[in-house]
Parts: sequence; structure tokens; C-alpha cells
Amino acid sequence: MSRRLHLEIFRYNPLDPDSVPRMQSFYVNEYDSMTLFIALNLIREEQDPGVQFDFCCRAGICGSCGMVINGRPGLACHTQTRDLPDHIVLHPLPVFKLIGDLSVDTGTWFRNVGKRIEAWVHTDDTAFNPADEESRMENALAEQIFELDRCVECGCCIAACGTARMREDFMGAATINRVARFYIDPRDKRSDDDYYDVIGNDEGVFGCMGLLGCEDVCPKKIPLQDQLGIMRRMLALNSVKGILPKGILDRLRHKGCCHEKH
Amino acid sequence: MQIFHTDLLCIGAGLAGERVAVEAAMAGFGVTCLSIVPPRRSHSSAAQGGMQAALGNAVMGKGDSPDVHFADTVKGSDWGCDQEVARIFADTAPIVMREMAHWGVPWNRVVAGTHTYYKGGKPFEAEEAADKHGLIHARAFGGTAKWRTCYTADGTGRAVLNTLDTKCLQYGVSIHDRTQAEALIHDGTRCMGAIVRCLKTGQLMAYLARATLIATGGYGRIYRATTNAVICDGGGQIIALDTGLVPMGNMEAVQFHPTGTVPTDILVTEGCRGDGGTLLDVNGYRFMPDYEPDKAELASRDVVSRRMIEHMRKGFGVPSPYGEHLWLDIRHLGERHITTKLREVYDICTNFLGVDPIHQLIPVRPTHHYSMGGVRVDKSGAAYGLSGLFSAGESACWDMHGFNRLGGNSLAETVVAGSYIGKQVVQFLQGTEVDFSSAAIRNAHSKVAERIARIESNGRSGENCFTLRNAMQDVMMEHVGIFRNEADLTAGVEKLQTLLERSANIGLQAPSRGFTPEMSMALRLPGMLKLALCTAYGALMRTESRGAHTREDYPERNDRDWLNRTLAYWAEGETLPTLKYEDASPYFEIPPGDRGYGGGKIIPADLPPEKLTVPGRPAPHTATPEKQ
Repeated sequence: MSRRLHLEIFRYNPLDPDSVPRMQSFYVNEYDSMTLFIALNLIREEQDPGVQFDFCCRAGICGSCGMVINGRPGLACHTQTRDLPDHIVLHPLPVFKLIGDLSVDTGTWFRNVGKRIEAWVHTDDTAFNPADEESRMENALAEQIFELDRCVECGCCIAACGTARMREDFMGAATINRVARFYIDPRDKRSDDDYYDVIGNDEGVFGCMGLLGCEDVCPKKIPLQDQLGIMRRMLALNSVKGILPKGILDRLRHKGCCHEKH
Repeated sequence: MQIFHTDLLCIGAGLAGERVAVEAAMAGFGVTCLSIVPPRRSHSSAAQGGMQAALGNAVMGKGDSPDVHFADTVKGSDWGCDQEVARIFADTAPIVMREMAHWGVPWNRVVAGTHTYYKGGKPFEAEEAADKHGLIHARAFGGTAKWRTCYTADGTGRAVLNTLDTKCLQYGVSIHDRTQAEALIHDGTRCMGAIVRCLKTGQLMAYLARATLIATGGYGRIYRATTNAVICDGGGQIIALDTGLVPMGNMEAVQFHPTGTVPTDILVTEGCRGDGGTLLDVNGYRFMPDYEPDKAELASRDVVSRRMIEHMRKGFGVPSPYGEHLWLDIRHLGERHITTKLREVYDICTNFLGVDPIHQLIPVRPTHHYSMGGVRVDKSGAAYGLSGLFSAGESACWDMHGFNRLGGNSLAETVVAGSYIGKQVVQFLQGTEVDFSSAAIRNAHSKVAERIARIESNGRSGENCFTLRNAMQDVMMEHVGIFRNEADLTAGVEKLQTLLERSANIGLQAPSRGFTPEMSMALRLPGMLKLALCTAYGALMRTESRGAHTREDYPERNDRDWLNRTLAYWAEGETLPTLKYEDASPYFEIPPGDRGYGGGKIIPADLPPEKLTVPGRPAPHTATPEKQ
């Protein structure tokens, strides 16, 4: 017996001075294998073509459709309605600038933090010789790098972060994960000191309060909290490198890579 | 109206757009990329499988070379491709993959020693050479003689797009996301940029550029069941076609992918079959070896898709509330393989279908997947008809795919064409200056502004754009699908013409201030209908079967009459495109022959000897494709 779903959707158009933030109810019949992607598109096509929300790949790979679903940030495309009660409440992700209704501007936000951490492999591009074979890499390391590169920047971890809600300049778990990705990549020639300049402050790793919300809501199940721990340890060891003997430092430094649990 | 100036305007910021952008930015030019979504959300991110390049590092790729890759590509295209371009592509691909490795792509690498691989569902052991340890590995894909597809687990698109996006950041490429180009600015001979709608505010803006690149991907959303992202609505092709000067190439060449999932039409990668997955029917019987004894599941996509439909028509489909389907079986690959090498597949099955592929079969059916057609460009990526306009990637008909592209060749095309065409764009920019004409800007702007005003004034009494879109998508599925014939196509063309006429009266059901998503669809739809008509009408006129274009009433490949490329122009006010034809290839390094799979009769062409000579080479090249 299919249910009649009650979707309550946040509505607000910041460009319209007459628009007042409010919740609006819509009702749709549930089908087998229905996802929020299907339900929201039905609403737009059959009830209110003005509702703003974002989908792109609709397959959990692009990260467009992050929203707060019954109080929890998640990707709407791979949220099946059968896993939710028949009353579904949808809000836009907090922290990011609201474009309208459920749509927020994650693009500008991620571009800005990308600039702050210089999110590219710092290597000598002029050294590339088309005639040479590629530099070698261990497959296990390539897999580790991709493990962190899988982030789709949906913004769910930022939206679920207590610090990010309190301070605008906090870079958040996705960004620290990105730094960790470059840190383990031997092609990136930055030193520990360089990384310290980027995230060794309370806008970076030291701002985290350890609430673990980021990892709980990550739709790609990226080990965000581990990355934060690893980056913190790297920075901590770097800051005592003049004090502790090198042998001890080396032992500590080599303990732990991206998957090691703390 | 806000006006932006730049050297190069890239419309689209997926893999092809960003690769061209990086090339121009590294050469010191100012580049602005427009994108409907933030670049990392581009449909390129969804590509799982990999990129073909003849590196020959993996043991199963031993003996591979650009020559073999070239031959596979030509055969895959069913001799519909431009062989000069296919040659450029095959020769350039290895260099570009190595360059991507240098820039940060975590390609999977060769691990020396003995490994268990799968072929046709059966495991076998092979030893990777010690001297190749740590070089880029490759996996098998359909229609290739060697294992040649470079990959990063099953997130190749994601990994390469992330890396390219970081290069854009590094070299200062400006990204203007949530923007949509609505018209090209041109004076009849030269392109000067585009009129662009902001998808946050609804405002129109002008972007003036010395060179303009269209890299907006495919237009799969003219079909109902498509693996394409919801943004793949043909925006780039539409603004080019609307000039009346730039033709679309080979629009009837539409590829269906064998393994779209049911009911969501999400693609599961060909890597499943490459790694040893098999197709089963309602009785759990593996039927592909009966049709294709040599290649079975790894015949090219058009062949596998047709065999699946053929088998279902014989009554072996699995009934379901969403229509008939078949099964994809990867259970024998085991939990470790499925949850690492095919993790996205695992996630898609569990998240979207409620199926556990380690223990259960995956429901699949052929689904629209790729558009071989697009903005017709020459080998340097320059569009026909307007100087200063380029196109690369799926939006273009460059034309290395001909009538059917091989898996792993489109993702490779994005960066290989991006790199090659990027260099041509740089050369163009180095030798060109533009006087921007205020009349041209005003003309382009007023055309778009008038359309918006008309849609707004029609209001609720106008046509509903979603109703029209759904009708168009159904016509395309029903009349312009995998199997085609004159009666269906004729009816399809007529229905599409009626929809195009109705689309002139679209109105808004929910008007609101600022940005409205309904307006985006309303503005897009007449152009989508034109693309649909180019596809349907081109298919009606092409009375042969070649690659993915299959006419039930003309089952043979007719090289005598149809060894050519369709060019579709759209004159303003018409309800049908004007079709012209040009030679498929300037010369045939590999003379037309049998693909070695798929069967079918060939009516041979009588080609003059000069067409079989490669310019710059002393004697006619005799490389014939290996029999597979």
C-alpha cells in the first residue's frame, strides 16, 4: 500500500522584497524506489514550477543536491523516501549563501577555500617532458590519494559542523580533507611548514571542536575525522621539531597514514 | 547590462572546457569559464570507467600502440569517423595521460607479480612485468584489441576533473558558475562571445571574447531514459545552431549504453563487463556468446545494446513494473573486487536500487547514453561557419567517433581534444584581434530579452514547458530509438514539428521575481526540439545502418551512398533542418572493411586511389585491421 507523502519545503526568494521565509506543504503519492529527486521533480512539474532546488547527476556523484532532510544534511538524490517517515521536512543547507528555497551557493564557498589552501599539486609543470614515461607511483598510494579525492564537495560536512555555524572563516572538514590529499601526494612539493601556514590555526585544524558531525553525515563515507587527526599530529610534531630528538619524531611521523585509526 | 571581457570564453567547465581553459591560461591568456553548476559538479564527474590511451604498460596491453588504438577507433566508428582526427587522437592520448599524472591524477598503477583477472566471466592469471611496476595500469573495455583504458578505481571522471579544476585555480581561470549562455554574439562571420543568463538572479549579461569555446557536453535530455545528467540539455549546440551558420554533424548517431539501471537510468560502468561481468536473461541464461561468439559481452556498445533488445523481443526479458529488462551479473567477482574496483557500482546498486550486487543480480536495459553528433568542427576544433568559435568534447562533432564510439574514448577525448584544441586556440589568440561590434551585442541581447518578455507575457495561458518536454522525450524514445524505420521516423518528425510550433507559445505557470527555474526550461525547450528534429530527420534521411544508427528497413551498411557525414543547418523560422553532406574522412588510412563483430552486410564503396593515400606518406598505407 503506497503512502501519501507530506513534503514540507522551505520557501524564500531573497530577490523578491515581498517574499517572506516560510514552510510550504506539498503532497505526493509514493512509488516503489522513489527518491527525493523523483518527489521534488514531480512537485516542480505538476504543482509548483517555481520551487528552487539543485540536481545534476542525480546519481550521488556530483554533490549538487545537498539539503537538510528531516534535520540531517544529506544528498537528496540517494535518499529513498521509504527510509523516511511520511512527513518529510526539507531545508537548505546552512552556512552557505541562500540562492532561493532549497538552493545554496556552494560553488563560491568552495572556490574561496580552494584559493586559501592553494588546492593544487605544487609541482614544476615546466618539468613535464612528453617523451618521457610517467613518474612511477605505488598503486596502494594512488588508491589512498583517490580515497580522499572522492569528495564531491556537497557541503553536508560543513553544514553539520558546529564551528562552521559559529565562524565564517572556518575551513571545515572537506577542506582539511583536501589538504590531507595533497599532503600524502609525493608530487606535491610543499613542506610541513608550508602546510602549517595554511591550516595550522583555528580557521583550520585547531578550530575543530571534535563533534564528529562531519563524518557522520558524509554521503561518500570519507574518513574525515581521521584526516583531521593526521593533519593535527603532523602540525603538532612540526611545531616541536626543534625540541624532540629526530629519531623519536621520525618514529611518530611514520606512524599513521590516511586510513590508520586513532 | 553588465559586460565582461576576456581572451577566451569557455562555455562549459567540464573536462573538455577546463582542459582548453588550462592550456590557454598557461599560455598567459585571460580565460573565463561559464558553467551551469560549479565545475566539479559537471557531468564529467560521473564518468566511472576510464580513458583509452595506448601506453601498453599492463600485461594485457602488451604490444599496444597508437596504431592499434587508431584501428580500434576506426572500426568502432564503423568507418564513419574522420581518420585524420582519429589519428591525432590516438597519437596524442598517451602523452596527455602522462601529463595528467604529472598534474596529480591518482591513476591506478601496475603492481608487479601474478594477478587474477577476468575475461568473459572466467578468471585467469597473468603476470605484470617487474619493469612496469608503478606505471599507469589499464583495464579492458568493449571493442578494443588490448587492455588500454587508464582508470582511477571507478571514479576516473571525478579524479581527472578534480585535478583539472585545481589547475584552473592555480592558473587563475575565472569561473562564473550558475550561468547559462543563451545566444552567441556574432556579426555573421565572426563570433565575439555570448549573451549569458545568471542562474542566481535571472539577469542577462554580455561576455565579450576574442575566442569562444563550446564545451557543454551532450544533449541526452531530449530522450526520456538517459544516463545524462539533468544539465545535459544541449545548451551549447542550441546557441550554435541558432546562428543559422554553424551546422551540427551526424546528429542521427546516438549511442545507447547496454547497462542503464532500471528504473533510475543511472549508468553502471562498462568496467563491470570489462572486469568479467555477464548478461543474463529471464532464465538466468548467458545469451551474449550465442550472438557474438568471440567478443560476447565485450562487443562494442551498439552491438551489445541491439543484441539485448533482440533477445528481449524473443521473449527472454524480465518483466517488471517499469518495463522489461535483463540482468547484469557481477556476483562472481567477489566482495573485495566489487567494493574496491567497482565501488561506485556497489554504491549505485545499494543506494538507488536496493540491490546488493555481491549477492544479487542488477536489473539493466539499454539506455540513451552518448551523442556522437554535435557542433561540427574541423581538426583544429574550429566550428564551421563562424571564425573564433571552437568546440571540444561531447558537444562537438570533431569527429573521431563516427557512428559509434568505444567506451573509454569519450572521456579520453575530453582531455586529449582539450589539450590539442587548446593549443590551436592559443595559436588563434596569438594571431587575432577583434573589434567588438555594439550592433552585434545589441542584436544578440535583444533576441534573448524579447524571448524572455514573450514567455513572461504569455503567463499561465501559454503552453506548459514541462508538458512539452515530456512529450518530446517520449517521441524520441518511441520513434528515434535503437531500431529505426521509415514509418516511425516520419511520424516522429511530424510530432516534433508540432511540438516545436507549440513551443513558440510557452508561458510561465509560476512567475516570480529574479531567477526562476521554469524560465530556464522555457528558454531551453525550442532549441532542444530543434536538436531532436536534427536527430530524427537525419535518421530518416540516412537509409542505411551504420554503427549505432540501425534502420530495420535498410539493414546493410551502405558505403557506396552513405560513407559521409550529415551536416544539419537551421534557418530561422523553419520547422526542419537543412541537410547537407560531406565526406566522412579526407582519406582512409584504413579502407572501409568489416568490424569483426556485429554482423551485417556491407555495400562497398568504389574509392579512388587518392582517397586511400595518407598525405605525407610515400605509398598507400596497407595497415588493415587485425581480425579479432
